[in-house]
Amino acid sequence: MSSIPERPRPLFRPYRYKLDFTMSSFRRALLLALLIAGAVVTSLGRAGEAQVAVAANFAGPMAKIGEGYTAATGHTLKVSVGATGKFYSQIVAGAPFEVLIAADDETPTRLVKEGLAVPDTHFTYAIGRLVLWSAQPAFVDDQGAVLASGKFTHLAIANPKLAPYGQAGMEVLKARGLVDAVTPKLVTGETIAQTYQFVATGNAELGFVALSQVAVPGKPVSGSYWLVPASLHAEIRQDAVLLKTGENNPAAVALLAYLKSDAAKRVIQAYGYGR
Amino acid sequence: MTAADWSAVRLTAALAFTTTVVLLIVGAPLAWWLARTRSRLKPLWASLVAMPLVLPPSVLGFYLLVTMGPQGVVGQLTQALGLGRLPFTFAGLVVGSVLYSMPFVVQPLQQAFEAIADNLLEAAATLRAGPWDRFFSVALPLARPGLVTASVLGFAHTVGEFGVVLMIGGNIPGSTRVLSVAVYDHVEASEFDDAHRLAAGMVAFALVVLVTLYVVNRPRAEPAGMSR
Repeated sequence: MSSIPERPRPLFRPYRYKLDFTMSSFRRALLLALLIAGAVVTSLGRAGEAQVAVAANFAGPMAKIGEGYTAATGHTLKVSVGATGKFYSQIVAGAPFEVLIAADDETPTRLVKEGLAVPDTHFTYAIGRLVLWSAQPAFVDDQGAVLASGKFTHLAIANPKLAPYGQAGMEVLKARGLVDAVTPKLVTGETIAQTYQFVATGNAELGFVALSQVAVPGKPVSGSYWLVPASLHAEIRQDAVLLKTGENNPAAVALLAYLKSDAAKRVIQAYGYGR
Repeated sequence: MTAADWSAVRLTAALAFTTTVVLLIVGAPLAWWLARTRSRLKPLWASLVAMPLVLPPSVLGFYLLVTMGPQGVVGQLTQALGLGRLPFTFAGLVVGSVLYSMPFVVQPLQQAFEAIADNLLEAAATLRAGPWDRFFSVALPLARPGLVTASVLGFAHTVGEFGVVLMIGGNIPGSTRVLSVAVYDHVEASEFDDAHRLAAGMVAFALVVLVTLYVVNRPRAEPAGMSR
């Protein structure tokens, strides 16, 4: 054992760099291109951006409408998809959304009343249509008689406490006098999107979803569905509203205007919404 | 608290208890094998066990929903066995929770088993203790702190589970609406008073459980004369 401590070896050897500041013409061109790209990106940022909360049933059409909106206005959108009830809680808690595209008319009205949305910006952009859908062909008949048949073990529905489409589904069961018979078979999705996923994976044989999820323009309908007559449930009036946070954002104001345009209306109708 | 909330409490306790029992039965032999094996596949198996620690619950939930569904491998197997399908059932939640809480049970057990000196097991073998006897009379008693940690963490982690249950449960009162989902529902519906009652209870539960665990497993002063 030696008492002399070993000299620690340096971890890295010092290394002297020689910097070459002269540039080839290629490098100079590259630098110029980067500068131009940077300027373009910053100017795009200046064109404005709106943060939008979109009800899950409207996610598909919203993506299409967003493309048209960006092409027409130059603004871009940051879209969050979720349950309207959840968005309400988040907006009350100070979420940075500037526009709410809801699945009902109560939530926007309530937000206006509570001073969180701008009065008079609130309008109905679509009337929702409910369908009873199964991923299996010929499982759902066009009268919805399957509901009373007992041929299924699980019926998926969006949480009626949170989602207007779930509430409408419960009203249909009530109208048919099937609430007691079907309740033990109900599985609840947090949103209409999760409800769709339960049915799409076949884990629930059928479920109440939005027509816009099943009848996607340009795609063949998979499985079978019953378009529930609008008389069996309260009208699903879907309203949009400008939130206080977006009051001074031209991109947010422009989105509500664009939603009323003919181009947007055509997309909304193509997805099966009434107006 | 409402009857629905109490039912969520009972359901959560039942799920956590069942999951822990299953995990101890499955996890103890697995941990023993991982601790003793010289197999070149050991890193692979250890990684598979640890996967739920790094995977988001949405990934696990998604694959469980697909594989346990009617077109999935597991779904077709359970249907062929006449068990029906697992999503939206209590049994399905147990399967999901066992996978999700696996590392919390296997890893403490494995560490406890690895800490057992080989010579103790060899001494037992010279006294004609067979492999089973060595496991139950030597290894398990010596691994007691690991066993306590594994059980408590397995139970508590299952109580604290949310994402997987939300994705495969279907939120059915009395069979898949566990506490974490019930809290989420109350918050979503702006029923903050109900949410507080459940949430505060869970915070208190977690604290009590963890404090108890640290007190029970506190390292004791080593008796004089013993050395490593």
